Amino acid sequence: MSLTNAANTPAVAAMKLRAEQLCVAFERDSKSVSVLEDITFDISDGEFICIVGRSGCGKSTLLNVLAGFLAPTSGSVIIDGEPVHGPDPRRILVFQEHGVFPWLTVEGNIGFGLSKLPRAEREHRVAHYVQMIGLQGFERTYPSDLSGGMKQRLQVARALAVNPDILYLDEAFGALDSITRLAMRKELLRIWQTERRTIIFVTHDIDEAVQLADRVVVLSSNPARIEDILTIDIRRPRNISSPHYLELRDKLLEQIGQAYTV
Amino acid sequence: MRLKLHVQPRPLLFIGVLLICWQIAINRHPGQLLPGPLSVLRAIGDLMHSGLLLKYIVASLFRVTWGFALGASLGIPLGLAIGWNRRAEMALNPLIQIFRPISPLAWIPVAILWFGVGDMAAVFLIFVGCFFPLLLTAMSAVHNIPALYIDAGRNFGLSPFAFVSRVLYPAVAPQLVVGMRITLGIAWLVVVAAEMIAVNSGLGFLIVDARNAGNRYDLVVAGMVIIGAIGLLLDLGMRSLERVKSFRWSYSED
Amino acid sequence: MNSLSKPRNWEKYFWPVLAAALLFAIWHYCVVWTGTNIFPSPLDVEKGMAELLHKGVLWDDIEDSVRRVAVGFGAAAVTGIPLGLTLGLYPAANQMVNPVLQILRPISPIAWIPIAIILFGVGDRAAVFLIFLGAFFPIVLACVSGVSSVPSIFQRTGRNFGLSSTQLLARVVFPAALPQILIGLRIALGIAWVVVVAAEMIAVESGLGYLVIDSRNSGKRYDLVIAAMLLIGVIGLILDLGFRSLEGLPSVRWGFRHES
Repeated sequence: MSLTNAANTPAVAAMKLRAEQLCVAFERDSKSVSVLEDITFDISDGEFICIVGRSGCGKSTLLNVLAGFLAPTSGSVIIDGEPVHGPDPRRILVFQEHGVFPWLTVEGNIGFGLSKLPRAEREHRVAHYVQMIGLQGFERTYPSDLSGGMKQRLQVARALAVNPDILYLDEAFGALDSITRLAMRKELLRIWQTERRTIIFVTHDIDEAVQLADRVVVLSSNPARIEDILTIDIRRPRNISSPHYLELRDKLLEQIGQAYTV
Repeated sequence: MRLKLHVQPRPLLFIGVLLICWQIAINRHPGQLLPGPLSVLRAIGDLMHSGLLLKYIVASLFRVTWGFALGASLGIPLGLAIGWNRRAEMALNPLIQIFRPISPLAWIPVAILWFGVGDMAAVFLIFVGCFFPLLLTAMSAVHNIPALYIDAGRNFGLSPFAFVSRVLYPAVAPQLVVGMRITLGIAWLVVVAAEMIAVNSGLGFLIVDARNAGNRYDLVVAGMVIIGAIGLLLDLGMRSLERVKSFRWSYSED
Repeated sequence: MNSLSKPRNWEKYFWPVLAAALLFAIWHYCVVWTGTNIFPSPLDVEKGMAELLHKGVLWDDIEDSVRRVAVGFGAAAVTGIPLGLTLGLYPAANQMVNPVLQILRPISPIAWIPIAIILFGVGDRAAVFLIFLGAFFPIVLACVSGVSSVPSIFQRTGRNFGLSSTQLLARVVFPAALPQILIGLRIALGIAWVVVVAAEMIAVESGLGYLVIDSRNSGKRYDLVIAAMLLIGVIGLILDLGFRSLEGLPSVRWGFRHES
């Protein structure tokens, strides 16, 4: 059985990323504190993966290791058969905070990674992504004059413009209000379905994970280990009040150690 | 960023290397007016021995203290009041903006006319040098209080006195402390310059006197080193004030 | 800020004019009542200003002062910005050099006058050297703190897009630090303007500072002293406003908190 959504992908997708026995430990007060322990999983090409866990459990550390910003203490990350040794424009990390460059316009931000392209090609690509994120008319606007949702769409567009295979999102919608966040999820799914990149999305929002992911990786805390990898077998577009949706969500909440009553 | 007080070997090594290069350069070109580090050290020793150093340091610090204290006790309350009252600010801002860039030293003729050559003239120059920066710091500190705090203070129905002491003052304190540190640095620049022209004692006078009376450049550089060291100590002292807990927060993270 | 009713349009001109008029009136009557014949009244100053303009020396003095500031400040910016950026990028180097800067910085540029005169003699170059010293340290320190406070996510994003370290400096670190660098440059320009006046009072024989001290020494012409002081203020204000207008440029505007 395919791990990805059966409606959209071939039955057997090529393997894209493998995390092999990742361990990360930090030195703190001359003691070694283990943050990640024995993290192993495979991700197929074009898959949408969410990583959830309690805040401070090491989700972002894991993402930084996968993206090559942090070398693991032991273990390795293998992408397309090659071990990861550092950040690479083929895999872009999108941050939660205001990661757009405030000194560049919308166009400047989207074109940031495209300086090697010929001018005409670059302009074409920028125009394409401006349209994709619905910022037509804001090409010359600076981020300080954009709303939070617009800035986050801009950050996603800047990442997509360099045509990466993998998009890492680190709590990317965490700072947005809940209505904007819902719109952003729809937007991200639409982009994912048209562009077919592999997406690895770290979030602390269980609903977000169930709405977006093909599979959800659940991390435990102190140190982070893989608690479970849950396949979300709901057809898209997903009905977020269907019994199966609620069942999966409750299961995730339970695994994170939260009862589902308030 | 900040100079740490605990001893770090590398910066000390770097300073040592610089001093040795300086000494070597002086040795290779004898007959220069410029002194080497050893003769400067000797000059500092002489000055300490004769008691002149302590006397001049006290004279300079005395002027800075009075000028700064006067500038702060007039400039800060006035700045807070002007910053609070929009019409007062409209009226006075253009005048303040014209007076501010006038070098305190350009006031020297006026200072001498009003106070004669002496301590009062120097204190007046330092006062002028401190007054305008502190006035502007206080004005902008009032502007930067988030409206939220003011509304909250009003909401709790504080009396005017309680409002000033419990909302206004704590809200402006962090910025005022930073402004006072920068201003103290200015005061230290001004006192040296003022002493070179307007009075007959102090570290600035030491420099100009050592040069005029017999080209004693070892004493000139010794004076400069002392000025640098005291300036650094004043700055570190004010910085430690910035680290006091109730001053340490700021608005930068909004 | 406060809850007084919003000022009307005419008040924008009325209050400043009233304040200036009051200041002049108080000044004038203080001169009249004390019966001083040294300290000038506003009218004397106005006559003094006219006399300076008439003699034509004024423009030469202004030009000398502004030229010295331009050269000294320019040299400080050209050397100080690269040094500051380098120190900001390499904390190990900064750790070594920073204590030296911290010791040199509080030495008043004026205290360097004897050294400047040995090195360059009495003249333009000595004054320019003093202005350079006054402007250099604030510029370096502003660059160091600007670079070291660039948020790490900007640097990580730059590396993620595969920038080399020179590209990272030019396309991420420098633009991100630019607002702070501009603030440092503006402060340094203010200091340069203070230093030029002081230097001209001691080390050279032209410029606005010289005009102040010379007007006093040759015949106690306090009307000219005050006229020259006002000119120093106005030109300093113009320099500051000119620099402030840079802060409104779109690629740096984000870095400034706007006061209404």
